[in-house]
Amino acid sequence: MSFEGYRDLWVFIETHRGQAKSVGYELLTPGRALADRAGYKLVAVIIGKNIGAAAARAIEHGADTAIVVDGDIYDVYNTDAVSLALLALIDKYKPDTVLFGATNNGRDAGPRVACALKTGLTADCTGLDIDAETGNILWTRPAFGGNLMAQIQCPDTRPQMGTVRPGVFKKTAPDAARSGNVISEDVSVDPAQIRTRVVDSIREVAEAVNLDEAEIIVSGGRGVGGPEGFAAIRLLADTLGGVVGASRAAVDAGWIPHAHQVGQTGKTVGPKVYIACGISGAIQHLAGMSGSDTIIAVNRDPDAPIFEFAHYGIVGDLFEVIPRLAEEYRKMKA
Amino acid sequence: MNILVCVKQVPDTTEIKIDPVTNTLIREGVPSIVNTFDGYALEIAARVRDKNGGTITILTMGPEQAKKAIKECLAVGADKGVLLSDRAFGGSDTLATSYVLSRAVRHLEGRLGCFDVVFCGKQAIDGDTGQVGPELAAHLGRPQVTYASDVEVVDGELRVKRESDEGYDIISCPTPAVVTVVKTAYEPRNPTIKGKLAANRAEIPTLTAADFEIDTSLCGLNGSPTKVKKTYTPARGGKVVKIQESDASKSAAALMAMLSDAKIL
Repeated sequence: MSFEGYRDLWVFIETHRGQAKSVGYELLTPGRALADRAGYKLVAVIIGKNIGAAAARAIEHGADTAIVVDGDIYDVYNTDAVSLALLALIDKYKPDTVLFGATNNGRDAGPRVACALKTGLTADCTGLDIDAETGNILWTRPAFGGNLMAQIQCPDTRPQMGTVRPGVFKKTAPDAARSGNVISEDVSVDPAQIRTRVVDSIREVAEAVNLDEAEIIVSGGRGVGGPEGFAAIRLLADTLGGVVGASRAAVDAGWIPHAHQVGQTGKTVGPKVYIACGISGAIQHLAGMSGSDTIIAVNRDPDAPIFEFAHYGIVGDLFEVIPRLAEEYRKMKA
Repeated sequence: MNILVCVKQVPDTTEIKIDPVTNTLIREGVPSIVNTFDGYALEIAARVRDKNGGTITILTMGPEQAKKAIKECLAVGADKGVLLSDRAFGGSDTLATSYVLSRAVRHLEGRLGCFDVVFCGKQAIDGDTGQVGPELAAHLGRPQVTYASDVEVVDGELRVKRESDEGYDIISCPTPAVVTVVKTAYEPRNPTIKGKLAANRAEIPTLTAADFEIDTSLCGLNGSPTKVKKTYTPARGGKVVKIQESDASKSAAALMAMLSDAKIL
């Protein structure tokens, strides 16, 4: 099978009011490696408003070229606007491969675009490789709530596309010496084709819960016992300069808002340090945090499954251990 | 409102265990349920219907036994249901599945009129792709709102509460449209005895590929651009440094010392 005219590997970089989502830069890391092996250029595709800085950063993080589509209608995400812009660009440039971050918006636009092109899209990938002979990307993804891993390929159509979980890959250190092309594309979308519209945006959480970008996450689960138990979790998170996460059990019990949830049906995270407190380690939770560099578990039950995945574990009562961890950390930094 | 809810019968993945010897999924004895998110989609649909009037039709694709899932939906307030079942549909990926559903939607609309809203769960808990809803919207050429936790009808338009990073957005969307649903703030209603009895008696029609206009070369494995190359159970770590000192202070101190030495904190 040859794919005449299809070349280059694209990373779609999602923006919100001019700010790029971190996962876009993260995907430039595997994108760079795959593009080099296939002999392709790595192209960052950025759609938004006032996104010149984001384009420059994409080059610093490894892109050869940035294609930017700048306009008022792209300021906040809109399914029709972004899908139509992507389809126009794909029609013009014919990329071989397109990567999206598996955010709500990436998973909204990706299928819309893939279906219009009648091509394959692999959802929510956690691993990427390439079959050098065929040029097929080997997409690895969890299914069955994380109980099963599947390797998928798209052998007969191009572009081959996938959404990739945030937090799985790490951004490279920005290299200001890198240079690259920035191509400005003017995609005109007929306003009549934009059917949905954001009429209001409500901030529900007291503080922004930025699990995606956090370097340290301290999470609580069923063992925390109630909403007041999260005070201990928050204390340690604040001491370490981290963010509070939670398991589905704690969220379903109503102890903490959904925005804090880590796992298969919550956020996927990949911090430097993940501290799981009173979390037994259901596979659905593990699916959301196994990309963390260092996993620390605190649990009373020495046989809790979380210890099979943790790098460090303390067997003990979290209400005794957590305050002392905060105390030891303060001493250490004093 | 003329409402369609797409549901999938799935194994309850929270009940799935791994065989410790063969390291494979134990599927035997795992109960089949209506996909959790489809249950939330049905509850939103039922609330929209209860407030605005109308009819809820359930559409599912699967083997004969998937009729049980439709009956569970009828018991909690759906009005009727249709099963799509054909060997030609087996092995479909998300593009092929959404194609089959889109052809069935067109067929049903020929008899029942246009569906103002097609609801789906945000993803199925077995495949976890979340792609069938948006791909169905694309096949139908209709607007979509994904990750919805509530829907209201205002002046004939949908007002959809959509999850965002910081809370939620309210999105206005004209009908007909496709909406995919996350966990709702309210619990899905329980079946009543009367509802259960009626559901048990209900005749569920089955549509095969011969019953509606569909290109079977776009269905099943042949119509699926993605191919599963292999599956395996994820590797477990098993290299934990476990600390269990005589008291919490000593454990905490030991851990912090290790993290400091390894330059982790």
